Amino acid sequence: MTAKLLDVSSLTIAFPRGTPVADFGFAIGEGETVAVVGESGSGKSLTALAIMRLLPRTARIASGSIGFRGRDLLALPEPDMRKVRGREIAMIFQEPMTSLNPVLTVGKQIAEVLRLHEGLSAEAARKRSIELLDLVRVADPHLRVDDFPHRLSGGMRQRVMIAMAVACRPKLLIADEPTTALDVTIQAQVLDLLDRLRRELGMALMLITHDLGIVGQWADRVVVLYAGRGAEEADAGPLLEDPLHPYTKGLLAASPRLDARLHYTAGALREIPGSIATAQREPGCPFVPRCAMALPSCRISPPPLEEIRPRRLLACPPTAAQEQANASAVGR
Amino acid sequence: MTTATERVPEAMPESDGAWRSLRAFLRNPSAVIASLFLVFVTLVAIAAPLIYPEDPLSMVTRPFLWPGQNPQFPLGSDTLGRDVAAGLVWGSRISLIIGIAAMALGVTIGIVVGAAAGYFGGRIDDALVRLVEIFQTTPSFLMLIVLVAIAEPRVESITVGIALVTWPTIARLVRAEFRSLREKDFVTAARGLGYGHLRIIFIEILPNALPPIIVTSSVIVASAILMESALAFMGLGDPNRISWGSMIGAGRETLRTAWYLTAVPGVAIVLTVLALNMIGDALNDALNPRLSSER
Repeated sequence: MTAKLLDVSSLTIAFPRGTPVADFGFAIGEGETVAVVGESGSGKSLTALAIMRLLPRTARIASGSIGFRGRDLLALPEPDMRKVRGREIAMIFQEPMTSLNPVLTVGKQIAEVLRLHEGLSAEAARKRSIELLDLVRVADPHLRVDDFPHRLSGGMRQRVMIAMAVACRPKLLIADEPTTALDVTIQAQVLDLLDRLRRELGMALMLITHDLGIVGQWADRVVVLYAGRGAEEADAGPLLEDPLHPYTKGLLAASPRLDARLHYTAGALREIPGSIATAQREPGCPFVPRCAMALPSCRISPPPLEEIRPRRLLACPPTAAQEQANASAVGR
Repeated sequence: MTTATERVPEAMPESDGAWRSLRAFLRNPSAVIASLFLVFVTLVAIAAPLIYPEDPLSMVTRPFLWPGQNPQFPLGSDTLGRDVAAGLVWGSRISLIIGIAAMALGVTIGIVVGAAAGYFGGRIDDALVRLVEIFQTTPSFLMLIVLVAIAEPRVESITVGIALVTWPTIARLVRAEFRSLREKDFVTAARGLGYGHLRIIFIEILPNALPPIIVTSSVIVASAILMESALAFMGLGDPNRISWGSMIGAGRETLRTAWYLTAVPGVAIVLTVLALNMIGDALNDALNPRLSSER
């Protein structure tokens, strides 16, 4: 396994009412793409904001540590953290339509990052902005550089956001649902772009998504998050072929697959009964209220994410026990 | 020309903000007239030493010369035989200088205080809002009189005094804008890029908050001119400089016999203030996206 770049461990984010992220941990290696998958409200974006230390004021990090290149980001003073943001860790947001400043040209906005972190002169920053626009495949970069954001399409704006994010060659790029607001045809282009930049610039990519369809093609490793707790963590291929956690299974059953003949006559997509809101006051496994195979023991305390096989982590003791039995049966 | 202006909105339904606003402003006839009038007043103010090289406070002819009586003094002379036209021309200097300087100072203070309160919120906000409230609950003109009475009545002290009573308006406006703008996604994105507070306040948020500030500024220039005139009328103006207000004050005693002495500078004040207010209205229409017809 590659060296750890980011190491989040037992992260708990508390609001005055409730803890949307509890005891969550995962790691990202150098140059790796890790997808964090979960439905709305599962705490994916909060985790990303916690890494950037940009949580809303009311939120508090109750416990845990966020290691990044040998430092604990949570212990860093704010001025040092500002130097990490944008230079070592950059983030792109879900909404390209509102994430750009409407009154500044895109060139000025990209140049501003370069002037802050790299100390470039106005002229050099502008030149580099044009190069960056070219890098993210914006057509006619020398013309677009003077455009205001409202003249660009959603996909273009997301490319500009990406250009700003990679301007200082960060080690880690956090992409929070980068394609959710875009047309399906643009989604693949943007993801391909992110993947190409990851390879060319040697970045690691934390891809936050609720779309499992994205995972198989672009992620090395997948972390499934349910109600602020890790449910399952595995390499992308094995996870999609053989999901273990009942929630992951449900998610996959609920996603349209392109390999199957996709037609409504092929049968309806299955849904997971219930909603994530039921996890709120659950003392045990948060998925219990929606789980078909819940045992009484599941309701006692939240199960930890444990390694059941090399590179395969699961937070479901009944399934883990079953896997154990299967494995020994095969071994015999 | 007409085809060009008609085609532009079609080609660029959301054309660049500043140009679209400028076009909307220039399409408003009252705004154009008001701007031309102000340009004229400004030119007169700048050229005052060329038009009337002599001190406007010196006695140059016999008193109570009515307008039109002597072509050398087209607007007549006052109770002491001073040239009214010269006073009007030199008075425009004081009115404009004090109006613009007081606005600039007041707007600067207002932006700094309002931005800090709106952006940081919390205790800073509480403290600054209290401060603004102290100023807003005191009758502003009374406070201005006290301030000028304590300091020597000079152009500088009057300017500072007017700025001190007008900044709370801007501060409240800027605070409200910043409170809503700081929650925008692009501000979060800017923080995500490692921008510090000052950079976010002045580069990211302030340009977005400018339209209402610009509109209010033009109205503040008008009210500053009025305040200066009122002070000068009451004899609290700079005694060594002639201003429209002091001319009215000097002519007050002869209102029944020589009404032109108050009417002439009065009309100058009315027209200038009216022009500034009309520009303010037109800017509001041009800069406010909710009112613009293109939405």
